[in-house]
Amino acid sequence: MNASIERGRRQYVLGFGLSIITTLTSFYLVSRQILAGWDLVYAIVGLALLQVIIQLLCFLHVGHEKEPRWNLLALDFTLIVVVIVVIGTLWIMDHLNYHMTSPSDTDTYMIQDEGFQKR
Amino acid sequence: MNETLAETPVNENTSKTTFGFWLYLMTDCVLFASLFATYAVLRNNTFGGPGGGELFSQPVVLTETIILLTSSFTCGLAVLAARANNKRQMLFYFGLTFLLGATFLFMELSEFRSLVIEGNSWRRSGFLSAFFTLVGTHGLHITVGLIWIAVMMIRTLKMRGRKFSETSLKRLLMLSMFWHFLDLIWIFIFTFVYLMGGVQL
Repeated sequence: MNASIERGRRQYVLGFGLSIITTLTSFYLVSRQILAGWDLVYAIVGLALLQVIIQLLCFLHVGHEKEPRWNLLALDFTLIVVVIVVIGTLWIMDHLNYHMTSPSDTDTYMIQDEGFQKR
Repeated sequence: MNETLAETPVNENTSKTTFGFWLYLMTDCVLFASLFATYAVLRNNTFGGPGGGELFSQPVVLTETIILLTSSFTCGLAVLAARANNKRQMLFYFGLTFLLGATFLFMELSEFRSLVIEGNSWRRSGFLSAFFTLVGTHGLHITVGLIWIAVMMIRTLKMRGRKFSETSLKRLLMLSMFWHFLDLIWIFIFTFVYLMGGVQL
């Protein structure tokens, strides 16, 4: 009992330390403009995902349960739904934006993306 | 997450309860995903108004993030203290969690207040509607969590004897799952709303 509590405490300290480090790193990247544009976005999104994994393992103890791992299964399924909802929404709305573009932008898109030439 | 339960003598029922609560958290995750998707679609629709880069104060948000992260940490320590039947330590850590959470909520509300006073309320643009809905929903969850922490602390104060019952340990475990989950959601709000608001694309 006592040993498991000690192990739990070590896990929390580890998770807390790593989370602080990832938070400060992504803040530092943005405030000092070390990277720019999409590189910066990929870096901070990567750090956010890393921190989520750290907290899932150290704070929520995902994967520590005995077989069958129903909690883990529910989490996996939720992640699939989340990815479909978010990426699907962005994909569809981007295309809608493109296809229902304002008349003033239509010429530009026709020349740039669709291969039409101005006479 | 059942590690704590696996090592204490528990009946079938307890793990079913925590599994049910875990499923609730997963559905909450889907709710937040749809709000994030809405925000991502609307984030450039500022209707001539200010965008994220002009509105948000990064140092304030960093402070909020560190405060919430620390409260998640102390919440975990409080549950460990309860498992060790250390009532005083449990109350201390939960008190700390409550104070940090309340500070976080206060900072968030004062940010909302200054935005509204400057005329940048949810009625200003699609971007601000999505922002207030997403961050406000998280703030509402934090409020519920604070009430829950207060209730558990009062219950513990009134508890006779110094051993925590199986039922209260189960409830504390679910409370800590809820609080950790809110910190997970905040990581995404911090990254996608506040940090990316300052990025020039």
